[in-house]
Amino acid sequence: MAADSSEHEHYEAVVVGCGPGGAAAAARLADHDIETLVLERGTEAGSKNVSGGLIYGEESAPYTIDDLFEGFREEAAERPVTDYRIHNVAGNSVKTYDLRDLHEHDTEWCDAVLRRTMDSWLEKRVHEKTSETGGGVLTDVRVNGLLRENGEIVGVTCDELDPIEADLIVAADGVNSELARDAGLMDWAEPDEWFQGVKATVEMDPDVIDDRFGLESDEGVAHLFSGDLFSDVRGGGFLYTNEDSLSIGTVFHLDSLVEQRAEPHELLDALLTHPLLATWLGDEYDEREYAAKLVPDSKKVAHPEPHQGRLVLVGDAAGQMQAQGPIIKGMNHAVTAGALAADAFAVTRGNADPAAAGRRYAKMLEDSGTMDKLRPRRYDLARTVGERDVVTSVVDSVLESPIGSIAVGNPIADRLLKRAYNSPFLVSMLPDTATGYVTLPSVIGETHGKTIHWENEVDPPSLEERIGDLTYNTDVGNPHIELVDESYEASGAAVAACPVSAEEFGGGCYRSETVETNGTEETLVSLDTQPCVECGTCAVVADTEWEHPRGGKGVEYREG
Amino acid sequence: MEVAMRSIALTKGVPDFSEGAVSFNEEGHLERGKTPTVMNPNDAFALEAALQTKVRHGGHVTATSMGPPGYASVLEEAMEEVYADDTYLLSDRELAASDTWATAITLSAGLEKYIEEVAEIDLVFAGFKTADGETGQTGPQTAWAMDWPIVTHVIALDIDPDERVLRAKRLVEGDIDEIETVEAPLPCFVVTDPEFEPTYRKASHRLTHKQLRADTQERAANHEDHLTTWDHVDLNLDPDYIGLDGSPTIVSSVDPIPKAPSEREATMIDADDEEGMTELLEEMQPFAAGETG
Repeated sequence: MAADSSEHEHYEAVVVGCGPGGAAAAARLADHDIETLVLERGTEAGSKNVSGGLIYGEESAPYTIDDLFEGFREEAAERPVTDYRIHNVAGNSVKTYDLRDLHEHDTEWCDAVLRRTMDSWLEKRVHEKTSETGGGVLTDVRVNGLLRENGEIVGVTCDELDPIEADLIVAADGVNSELARDAGLMDWAEPDEWFQGVKATVEMDPDVIDDRFGLESDEGVAHLFSGDLFSDVRGGGFLYTNEDSLSIGTVFHLDSLVEQRAEPHELLDALLTHPLLATWLGDEYDEREYAAKLVPDSKKVAHPEPHQGRLVLVGDAAGQMQAQGPIIKGMNHAVTAGALAADAFAVTRGNADPAAAGRRYAKMLEDSGTMDKLRPRRYDLARTVGERDVVTSVVDSVLESPIGSIAVGNPIADRLLKRAYNSPFLVSMLPDTATGYVTLPSVIGETHGKTIHWENEVDPPSLEERIGDLTYNTDVGNPHIELVDESYEASGAAVAACPVSAEEFGGGCYRSETVETNGTEETLVSLDTQPCVECGTCAVVADTEWEHPRGGKGVEYREG
Repeated sequence: MEVAMRSIALTKGVPDFSEGAVSFNEEGHLERGKTPTVMNPNDAFALEAALQTKVRHGGHVTATSMGPPGYASVLEEAMEEVYADDTYLLSDRELAASDTWATAITLSAGLEKYIEEVAEIDLVFAGFKTADGETGQTGPQTAWAMDWPIVTHVIALDIDPDERVLRAKRLVEGDIDEIETVEAPLPCFVVTDPEFEPTYRKASHRLTHKQLRADTQERAANHEDHLTTWDHVDLNLDPDYIGLDGSPTIVSSVDPIPKAPSEREATMIDADDEEGMTELLEEMQPFAAGETG
């Protein structure tokens, strides 16, 4: 009441989100002695975050996370990846290639991570660093939009705090960035610009991990899976070893999920129950957490100029998630981008033009080669070919014909294929068609593979059980998603594609029901946001008004 | 920096009435010795109000209680939860069995001594009713003894240190549907309502709050270094006017609340008892059509 509302608080820099991108930005800003406030909507950093689980330190990158945060790998990460394989699956027949060459290309190190552990560790370091600048990290605060004055961005607005002004606003608010959308820099228009991943974190004793994967305690593996194990849905699976758990998940093109009306949790179960996994999972399956995440396809959506006025976008908020072939790199690019944004602000400090930092940041992304990793020029060329259905179907029919299969299946082809998989150049040109994901791997599996006879006894939890095991702080009476168009045509795709919904399942977010009105039957979609895991899938595939829940509300990941 | 505010938060130890903690004997009397002492739940709101004042304006919060030496643990709890800077305990045998009147006299003597020897006080915060006595009298009586203004049932608070006034939103006669805003000069006595909620709408306030939490963890670990105990001699109080002798309240007797007689007969039916379930369904049948019994 006594507060003077005409005078806003001001910080030199406000960073929205304390994931790796926000943390890197804040740490670098603090290094430059810039007063930095970090606002995180989770009750602790990491409680809103999910990733498949590999973070890379790239040799060519200007910044890696262990440069910025001493002790990161020892204290915040799980096992390093010392072995990297891809399994081409055709039914029970599996052909495995060693992908170490590809994995180690430009890789200084690569560790498995669990985001709650990792990000909460980062949050503490960031708070220490930024406190010294007169700022700090605040959790449970949701930034809901941009503060503008005479049409210019001057700060942020929040649910929990009065508006705050800043000279630099770093939007590191993730894949569903409300700031990027407020600025009109990103949208949620096309399913083919996104992937969706789901993951199970599976409890496993460290000794058992060592034993079953043939590892020393300081070693870890990454296994990838592709082929016909997911029917015709384009995507693949992964398994990474953590200290005392496994991260097992699947990632699919969202447009493919929608086309096939596939249920993400069932695709995950298809992987979990495949005979190939029996040898690793044994007969005791204890799922700690089920999680989901929307993944931007940087080839299509990484913004080449991710800034506007005082606003810069970093990480997922800017679509900086490199997913090409079997490689998924996101966190490392977010770290680079965050640190570069901070440097850009530091070098342009005092410049009268508030947009100077943003422009410099975009140039630094370009000059450091980061943008070319995110949006390879050669992909743009290959894409036009890949998307031509005619070409694809011709290639597919050749592969499926006896002659084509023999060609792929001969011993020389086996060597060549392994080399092709290990070529960063070739992999980055793989078109987004079923050829790369399904047809080719299953032909390889069929013709070169060994048949697996192991009995898989895993009985994954039902979707209802998975939702029941998650922790929610529900904002009762204040749902964060509004279904704008409840017709099945507009929003029905969400019933299957939403990772916590399914057809014929009443306990999820989205349900479809047939109602009779005035004698005509109509299928309608209804929404209950209580089980929502905030992945953002429905924002793309259904007609919604989508916002994040208020600070500290909604799902709270323990593993992430 | 704004003018710093010095606040006293009054708190009391009460039996822990939460399930699993509280212990009653066969006659239904509280077994005090077997029931742990905790901070009076309503006092948490008073302490939150004192903390909010400190966070917003800077300054100092002293948590004060009257009671046996064991109440030091209650003050430790106050220190941990709302980051009190130091604690004062008014304690000796002569103070035992005080009613609200004698307690108010003792507390006001403690506050006077604090003002004389430690610092001027801007605000005294008290919670609404204790969980054991349930009188709600001690706060107002202490304010009366101090001859200070008092605002009760406060649910939101703003302080203007320059003007030396507070503005409070309060429930009129404790009614949640009737809220008024009042002004009072400092120093002032504030009784918080259980509906009180601290608000921190500024990032700087939340950062201060976070810093105080970090600082306090260290302090609470050595809370005894921050505890001052005053007895009736320190307070210069005549034993005839305090404790049991100074308490005009006479409790003639205490009767247990009689158990309400059961008015309805209940029949328990096992879910597997098919015959029983059939009977139940038949019994319920008439109501299915919307009839009421």
